[in-house]
Amino acid sequence: MQGLIDFLSQGGYAFYVWSAFGMTFALLIAEVVTLRRSRRTILQRVGRLARLRTQNVPPGEH
Amino acid sequence: MKINWFKYASPTAFYPVAGRLVPVFGVAALALVLFALYWGFFETPERLGGTNPQKEYYRIIFIHVPAAWMSMWLYLVLAAWSAVGLVFNTRLSFMMANAVAPTGAVFTFLALWTGAFWGRPSWGTYWDWDPRLTSELILFFLYVGFMALHSAIDDSRRADRAAALLAIVGLVMLPIIYWSINCPDPNNCAALHQRSSLTDIESNILTAMLVMTLGFWLYSFAAAFARLRNIILLREQDSAWVRKVVDAEGAAPPPAGGLPTQGREAGRGVSA
Repeated sequence: MQGLIDFLSQGGYAFYVWSAFGMTFALLIAEVVTLRRSRRTILQRVGRLARLRTQNVPPGEH
Repeated sequence: MKINWFKYASPTAFYPVAGRLVPVFGVAALALVLFALYWGFFETPERLGGTNPQKEYYRIIFIHVPAAWMSMWLYLVLAAWSAVGLVFNTRLSFMMANAVAPTGAVFTFLALWTGAFWGRPSWGTYWDWDPRLTSELILFFLYVGFMALHSAIDDSRRADRAAALLAIVGLVMLPIIYWSINCPDPNNCAALHQRSSLTDIESNILTAMLVMTLGFWLYSFAAAFARLRNIILLREQDSAWVRKVVDAEGAAPPPAGGLPTQGREAGRGVSA
């Protein structure tokens, strides 16, 4: 337990160390989530446009 | 064995290749980053010794230096693909440049951010208009400018060429960033930022730093290839092969009103 507290306090520099590491991994994870989400959106949108086209309706007129 | 590399210069041919590479690079990156975090926090001394004693906050070095290196390296990659695109007029090269830019911007921001939180305990300030910090900030603006310029032009072929030119002009920043602390005569660098000295760094610290760099590098490959696939789908959406891909990978419509996680799991299942 004391070991964990010592680790988290980083010799009294916890704020600086964890702000730096926290932002780094928050941004990298956010990038991965954004990439996955936009892939899903693109697949849905392109699929919808393709279905409209096969029904011979120009995509702008639905 | 002779491989026809130009075969993979077409978006159609590279799309499935990128799809297979994303998980490979992603898993390898995760493993290296976790190893570097473990080594950096548990196998290193509590102080950076030598002529520049620093307490625990020096551990920011394990992300600061890798992020700063990636910010410069990815800019070089961005400018190189831009140049290839301008010279050979290949669509995939421009798409590569566009795929790399946001990841490069993220690492540039992270280099500045982690530097601020290192600067505060060691220099007493989050920010100073020091040559190294200022030139890195300009690099961040170049990334943002590249993306903004590209999205401001509707015709994507024209946007590609304009943004590519900006990327190549911006290359001038890389030597400026490098020499802002590594100038031949230290007295001529009025820099707050430390000079880089890879040779006299403690070996465990160096290990964690280099492994993290490799992890960030592989992460950049994974992120750029994933983004490249998105860009290809968007730009080639009128072609028959994309419609086939969409039918195969995106056929299952998301459950209406379902939890977002269900949709994500379904999406992951079909894309794997």
